[in-house]
Amino acid sequence: MNNITATQTARRPLSDIDLRAVAPFVALAALLVFGALINPNFLGLDNLTNVATRSAFIAIIAVGATFVISAGGLDLSVGSMAAFVAGTMILFLNSGAVSGDTGMIAAAMLMALATGALCGLANGLITTLGRIEPFIVTLGTMGIFRALTIYLAEGGSIAIKSQELRAAYRPIYFGDVLGVPIPVIVILAVGIIGAFIFYRTRFGRHVTAVGSNEDVARYSGISVNRVRTLTYVIQGLCVAIAVLVYVPRLGAATPTTGLLWELQAITAVVIGGTALRGGVGRIWGTICGALILEVVGNIMVLSDLVSEYLIGAVQGAIIIIAMLIQRSLGRR
Amino acid sequence: MSEVYPLSTAEPPAAKILLEATGISKSFGPVEVLKDVGLQLKAGEVHAIIGENGAGKSTLMKILSGHLAPSKGALKVNGEKIVFTGPVDAEKHGIVLVHQEILLAPDLTVAQNIYLGRELRKGLVLDERAMADGAHRAVLDLGADIDPGVVVNRLSIAQRQLVQIARALLVPHRIVIFDEPTASLTPVETEALLKVIAAIRKKNAAVLYISHRLPEVKTIADRVTVLRDGQLVGTYAGADLEPVDMARLMVGRDVSKLYPDRAEAKTGGTVLEVEDMAVPGFVKNAGFSLKRGEILGFAGLVGAGRTELLEGILGLRPAHGTVRLKGKPVHFRNVKQSMDAGIVYLSEDRKGKGLLLGQNLKTNLTLAGLDRFTRGMLIDAKAETQALDKAVRDFDIRTRNRDLLAGQLSGGNQQKLLLAKMMLLGPEIVVIDEPTRGIDIGTKEQIYKFINGLAAEGKAVIVISSEMPELIGICDRIIVMRNGEVAGEVSGEHMTEAEIVVLATGAKFLAA
Ligand SMILES: Nc1ncnc2c1ncn2[C@@H]1O[C@H](COP(=O)(O)OP(=O)(O)OP(=O)(O)O)[C@@H](O)[C@H]1O
Ligand SMILES: [Mg+2]
Repeated sequence: MNNITATQTARRPLSDIDLRAVAPFVALAALLVFGALINPNFLGLDNLTNVATRSAFIAIIAVGATFVISAGGLDLSVGSMAAFVAGTMILFLNSGAVSGDTGMIAAAMLMALATGALCGLANGLITTLGRIEPFIVTLGTMGIFRALTIYLAEGGSIAIKSQELRAAYRPIYFGDVLGVPIPVIVILAVGIIGAFIFYRTRFGRHVTAVGSNEDVARYSGISVNRVRTLTYVIQGLCVAIAVLVYVPRLGAATPTTGLLWELQAITAVVIGGTALRGGVGRIWGTICGALILEVVGNIMVLSDLVSEYLIGAVQGAIIIIAMLIQRSLGRR
Repeated sequence: MSEVYPLSTAEPPAAKILLEATGISKSFGPVEVLKDVGLQLKAGEVHAIIGENGAGKSTLMKILSGHLAPSKGALKVNGEKIVFTGPVDAEKHGIVLVHQEILLAPDLTVAQNIYLGRELRKGLVLDERAMADGAHRAVLDLGADIDPGVVVNRLSIAQRQLVQIARALLVPHRIVIFDEPTASLTPVETEALLKVIAAIRKKNAAVLYISHRLPEVKTIADRVTVLRDGQLVGTYAGADLEPVDMARLMVGRDVSKLYPDRAEAKTGGTVLEVEDMAVPGFVKNAGFSLKRGEILGFAGLVGAGRTELLEGILGLRPAHGTVRLKGKPVHFRNVKQSMDAGIVYLSEDRKGKGLLLGQNLKTNLTLAGLDRFTRGMLIDAKAETQALDKAVRDFDIRTRNRDLLAGQLSGGNQQKLLLAKMMLLGPEIVVIDEPTRGIDIGTKEQIYKFINGLAAEGKAVIVISSEMPELIGICDRIIVMRNGEVAGEVSGEHMTEAEIVVLATGAKFLAA
């Protein structure tokens, strides 16, 4: 066999670029062009920042889902968890436990993050220690979180009572820094931290290893259960961060809060190029996937090609088409 | 050494030519792995294909059986030019391939696997009875009594291999291609398989046979085709070739001295003592000791509990007993603890437990020793790249491209990568399970030299192997296990196949 190894390292021919990694970005660019052709207002700065802002919840949650799915897991409970975290956070805000609006909001945020992390920890420990399929575990906790929220809300919704508190909290969703909406900044921050952890740290490497082959990871001295559990904790934290941005938007948690978010988050992850069987994760692809979902919805609203009522159908079609594209790119 | 002459093309083919390949080339991306290879397969012959790991044997076989399309070249079946649309198409022409890798559905039963895709029916419903009977007969023909109702992931690797062979032979065939069928079989099972192959030959069908066990090739092959580096070296009459000749043709140099000298080996103090070790369901009452600078072998039949004993000691499966490391009692609850204590284990299941086949070489290399490549929280990518460069040099990992995935390396190079991965941990004790399974003779020589070097550096080495000549060739001492217990120990002039077999099978007691 030829041994022409030592010299060939840095040079990477163009044909080597993984098309699967760039495909979501190409798709997003194509959608932007398409949108601009359909409605000139589409490319307006206002509309685009709006779209990006609205994608925040799914994008942030989906970054967490990228960790879970890359490690070979699945979390169906994120939508209900979001409702539960939002509900308990608002109840805490209403309790007046801390004096001063800023202090109160900060304390509530910390509490929400802790609640999210604990919910994730529960999912993680039940799947790993109980050795139950994550699909089943999170299907169960999905029901539990949802029911707890409705119970806490006594069947209705939970709203922030104090008008001052509402006003003080409002800018977290509606405010901006130098014209960039705060939710968009949060997406970027979560993306940067997520990508850092995923691509640059030992833990991130272990996540991919566990998702690629659990046995190999174990024989390499990696604690598979610990890594898996931590991915669920990260997922819980991401849900909580999304809630921090969500609560000031309506100032309430309702029975429909977070409904079907799990499907949208998984869709974003898969469109972004992460393998559902684990072992390959793409953080920025995921965020791109969340944007794609929102852009598609926006184009449908702005045009009258298809009825808005069909948004769900179009999003469903997108995930299937995305998978088909991934397949054909992977096969070359 | 006897000279060998290729069969001249002028010689009239006595038997009908069933399959002819001419000018076959195959590229994966920019890499050409087969270059202008030609092959003729006659009715009633066993035709062996030999070559180093990565020589292109499997690739050629996949082309002949419709699993891959050649980049260039043509196939003729019974004299007619043909382009296969896929493996099913090739099967219609009576060509079946038994893959090198085990490709069975792990959660289905033996019978379900054997009849997968060609289930027997009675009217609309599955005829479970007929399939169970047929499957049982098919495995019995291979000399194995495997319950057709048992789920495949409960079977040993050897049994899975037999199921895979049984499944292939169920197809009406004129040409059967075996890609390293015996790599994980014991001598008994191998013998049964060779009988089956002889029977196929008798029916005037043809067999293509790949193996790295050259003596086995010698006993069975009518003709031998040698590939090196994707190119045809030649086709030879089996009778003209001795295993040394085969090795020389494959590797391109003389490999008559396979095992390094252990004569001057010096051993030091005891590093590991094991007493009363029990691994529930596999091992009871096992004990041994290991010295610095020593190479200790573990022999036994498949299922004797060798792997389980070592995995139990190292925290890879539940076990209890006394383990003393350099005199201090230890109990490893997981493999991380044993790694931290300076013991590494290279699994016999390279693809399933050793390497992440879907990840690149760098990720695999540093996976177990990632601590050494992190500064604070960050992975030091540059240090990783340097480590890969060093590993490629030190272990002679042959790859045309550093960005390949581990699964794209040949078996021998995977083993070298796994060695490199574990050596990064700087262990004092190295446990290697089946170090040369499926590995070509040139690489075997390298691995033996390497194991010898480890011992010379003062590390203690344990080698578990089913190949007795290998153990006898490289070890100072061999512990023989039988039915989950230590049956005895041989060293010095007692390290002979005969003595090991007696201990491994318990024949001595039967004879008495
Ligand atoms: N899908 C693939 N993509 C890229 N390279 C490949 C692919 N499959 C095989 N190769 C390369 O082709 C070469 C030949 O591989 P092949 O499996 O045919 O070797 P082999 O002779 O069967 O080796 P072994 O004895 O280890 O089974 C190797 O260098 C391998 O890395
Ligand atoms: Mg092969």
